[in-house]
Amino acid sequence: MDPPMDFQVVVLAGGTSDKLSPLVSKELPKALLPVANKPLLSYPLELLEASNLKNIIVVVEGDEAATQVESWLSVAYMDRLNVEVVKTPGDVGTVGAIRAVAPFLISTDILIVSGDLVSDISPGAIAATHRRHGAAVTALFCPAPVSGGADSSTSGGKDKAKKPSRCNIVGLDPTRQFLLHVVSGAKVEKDIHIQKRIVRAVGQMEIRSDFMDAHVYAFKRTVLLDVLEKENLYSIKQDVLPYLVRTQLRSEISAKKENSADESSNGATKELPSEDININSAVPSNQNLRWLSQHREIAPSSYQEIHISDCDMNKSRLAKKTHKCCIYLSGKTQYCARLNSVQAFGDINRDMLGEASRITGYTFSAQNNVVHPTVVQGAKTTAGGQCIIAEGTILGDKCSVKRSVIGRHCRIGSNVKIVNSIVMNHITIEDNCTIQGSVISSNVQIQERASLKDCQVGAGYVITAGSEYKSEPLTKR
Amino acid sequence: MDLRRPNRPVIGPKVRQVGFVTPDSAAATSSSSIPAVSAAAATSAGSPPSSLSPVMIPPPRHPSTEMSNPHFHPVGSYNPSEQILGSPPALSPSRSSRFDADGSDFGGDDDESVALSGVGGGMTPKSSLLMRQPVTKTAPLVSETHKRDSNVSKGKGDGPSAAPKEKLTKAERRATQEAQRAAKAAAKEAAAAGGAPSVSKQPKPATKPATQQKKDVPSGSGPLQPLAPSGSIEKKQGKKEVAAPHPRMQFDDMTKVGKLKKRAVVNQSEARNRVELFRHLPQYEHGTQLPDLELKFFQLDLIHPSVYQVGLQFLSDKISGGNARCIAMLLAFKEVIQDYTTPPEKTLTRDLGAKVGSCVSFLIECRPLSVSMGNAIRFLKNRISSLPHNLSDKEAKSRLQSDIDRFINEKIIIASKAIVEHGVSKIRDGDVLLTYGSPSVVESIFAYAHGIKKNFRVVVVDSRPKHEGQGLLRRLVERGIHCTYTHLNAVSYVMHEVTRVFLGASSVLSNGTVYSRVGTACVAMVAHAFRVPVLVCCEAYKFHERVQLDSICSNELGDPDAISKVSGRKNLNYLDGWAQNENIQLLNLKYDATPSDYVSVLVTEQGMLPPTSVPVIIREYGIERLWT
Repeated sequence: MDPPMDFQVVVLAGGTSDKLSPLVSKELPKALLPVANKPLLSYPLELLEASNLKNIIVVVEGDEAATQVESWLSVAYMDRLNVEVVKTPGDVGTVGAIRAVAPFLISTDILIVSGDLVSDISPGAIAATHRRHGAAVTALFCPAPVSGGADSSTSGGKDKAKKPSRCNIVGLDPTRQFLLHVVSGAKVEKDIHIQKRIVRAVGQMEIRSDFMDAHVYAFKRTVLLDVLEKENLYSIKQDVLPYLVRTQLRSEISAKKENSADESSNGATKELPSEDININSAVPSNQNLRWLSQHREIAPSSYQEIHISDCDMNKSRLAKKTHKCCIYLSGKTQYCARLNSVQAFGDINRDMLGEASRITGYTFSAQNNVVHPTVVQGAKTTAGGQCIIAEGTILGDKCSVKRSVIGRHCRIGSNVKIVNSIVMNHITIEDNCTIQGSVISSNVQIQERASLKDCQVGAGYVITAGSEYKSEPLTKR
Repeated sequence: MDLRRPNRPVIGPKVRQVGFVTPDSAAATSSSSIPAVSAAAATSAGSPPSSLSPVMIPPPRHPSTEMSNPHFHPVGSYNPSEQILGSPPALSPSRSSRFDADGSDFGGDDDESVALSGVGGGMTPKSSLLMRQPVTKTAPLVSETHKRDSNVSKGKGDGPSAAPKEKLTKAERRATQEAQRAAKAAAKEAAAAGGAPSVSKQPKPATKPATQQKKDVPSGSGPLQPLAPSGSIEKKQGKKEVAAPHPRMQFDDMTKVGKLKKRAVVNQSEARNRVELFRHLPQYEHGTQLPDLELKFFQLDLIHPSVYQVGLQFLSDKISGGNARCIAMLLAFKEVIQDYTTPPEKTLTRDLGAKVGSCVSFLIECRPLSVSMGNAIRFLKNRISSLPHNLSDKEAKSRLQSDIDRFINEKIIIASKAIVEHGVSKIRDGDVLLTYGSPSVVESIFAYAHGIKKNFRVVVVDSRPKHEGQGLLRRLVERGIHCTYTHLNAVSYVMHEVTRVFLGASSVLSNGTVYSRVGTACVAMVAHAFRVPVLVCCEAYKFHERVQLDSICSNELGDPDAISKVSGRKNLNYLDGWAQNENIQLLNLKYDATPSDYVSVLVTEQGMLPPTSVPVIIREYGIERLWT
């Protein structure tokens, strides 16, 4: 079956991430980590499904993780999506993952979505932008989650020392359609080196550090496969994208592919400025295409050099080789986050309960919470606003749950306070416990009068009676 | 139809009113609408002879009728430009003297064009007398009749459906409905197109153009041949064919707009406070279409990706300009054909035609088609429907693809080169050439002339909001051509030093009206007043048999914000939030119509012609004549 609109989708579901260490383990790969009681991977998949993308390739790192993801997928999406799971050995990076699926890729463009994306931005919009510009790569950037003084719109990165993983330096053209410069987190240095020729071509560049790479990319397949042939690339975000952006005015990529494939597609040749029109010569049919670019008007943008030198439809084939790197900036109203740290896990869960509750697909009750009908609540127990309590959970008397997520089949004793926390499945909490701002993985046992504040508890851990923890990750050894 | 403006004789023939003219003269319209009504009636009744080839004029009748009818003799020499052809600079005196002289000449002209426009399909002497009223009236007259016409045809459409309503099978009902719809569409089109088709519906109409043509056409190209507006033969072949040049949608008709919205792919919200006179044109809130279309990217399975891409590029103005849009569209269609496989139990000719039709309607939603695109589509559909049935899919596809290639090659590229050759012959050393906007052919002419070491200077006239001229200026300067850049406001000053005006055109209509980028008419008129020859460069595939007297009934509206906002001047914000104020209406027209009087010469690949020769070109070299 033909992929819709000639787009194929690859979801990079990852494996067992170190960054999420106490939460993610061999038993629970990152893709299945519950966010608002739904596995993380279901968010990108449902987003894609909403866009009518039903043929999805999911790449998972590690055998065990792949098996688990596959079995989950076969149950959850059996009749809805046509998902193919491809496993890769651990630690090959995103580029390695793409290499693994390269033989499956046949369509003109490839959409690569990170498996930890929680968003309501339509992938169609990114794909359409990609098509419209005929870009080599289009990346989705969204405003970085505001934490602290990340309001710097100037060439800064003053807070990069504080949170290096978040900070990207992004250079945009004045119309905010093209990506001119990108340095991602780990590679940010003190100085920013910007190519003169790009600035000369554009006239004006806007440099921002408050955009986050959402790890959704639309690649032209030929470009992508070419890039994969290069040896020393590891990550799409940190290597491939910067490489493409860097070389956009002296592209080697389209040059190589020029003669091989793709002759059928509507690539247009470029008009050389110096060329005289030779009236009397017969017109070879390929020359037709040049007229496109010649007749084309210049878009109202000062990105003219590239507009002129670049051609209209897709590829540039002559002298000055260029390719376009485009950017899709999400709007302020759209939600977009990546779950790539424990902090983000907490944030996203909270957002799912609050501002971005529409993504979850739950219908919130009048008290602004979701309590499954099978939940048993004891006397004087209150489930406050912005709560999700899944099926089979039993709450004792006088409990109070606020702004928290509680998973399936938990047994919670009397007089327990759970605030701002995430409690996963099959957890036993005995009487008189207090849990604040914590994440508690599955199968944890918390004995009575324990008090947890800002802790992450790994799976299967047992917290002894009366103990108190503050801001600690707790894992079973 | 109230009399908003009294009939008054035109004293000074100063300006032919091209744009904003309020309708008047109920008498004229009522009498003149009768023929149109009868035309509608005829079509809705579906009488076999008229529906077979109603648009064809029986050839032999004309010469005699037109000769015998004294009313239709042209008043004066309609266009003296062929004498001028050889020496364009000498041209202006004779024409402008006519311009300054008196109104009667003009009356003649307008009379002519009205006759052409089909209001008087069965024109009686009486009605023609009516036509001879002051100049000011002609434009409203046509638009008025056109409105009426559509109303009447609607009424007619309801009539027959009421009678046989009781006992009909579903299929029968559908059939009648379809027939009515087709009839309505045809009538509408006739009205909207201002006439050529409706002219031809009558058995003996349009004598005027024929005579006129006889005078104008250089001897040798068969002066006695009747004017057969081309392209109309196919139109009646079936419902499918009607789609080729769409009956123009009237966007002030709420029910129709509602229907259109229902089946529209692009979710468009109509702009509020539109200018009264232009309510019939589509205008949407700018900026709402693109995001919406992008969101639906993967939902639109039926639309081929390359068509989608081209549509997006039209919508975002990435591709603009008649030739570029046409080529982009044709290349996209080529891919559609490439990827097409005939579904089982369907024939290629029918199914592919429908498929192309759906692509076209998607493109229309993105941006209204240009005349060039319309012609190209008509050509393509014609080719599809005329494919022999015994061809295999592969053969048929490759044949169509090579047809498209040939079209692009011959009708656009080689044509442009021929135009360049012709155009260059009119550039002499020391000339100062003026152009407006960024016409691609004119650019090629300049470039070529510069290449063969002609010594000339170029004045690039530009206008807000698109500033297309800047791109042209930049490319010309890169080639080393000496240029002056100015805005339209200054054209009257800069015209002093200009020796030739080269203009591009989106389309040239069969009465010689040049339909082009808004502002072109202004430049042409100023040039005319300064007696500077105006050369309009246009490929013949952009010619259209339609007749248009003003730029109202068919035009395109741009984004009103584009004219309300001045880039770089933030303090100039008086128009901010204009959409909330009911008293403000912004009009950003995209095209205007330049009357043929202001055009000295049309430069086409067939040579340099007076604008009056357009019908001949359409007849002799029209799209339908291509390889048939």
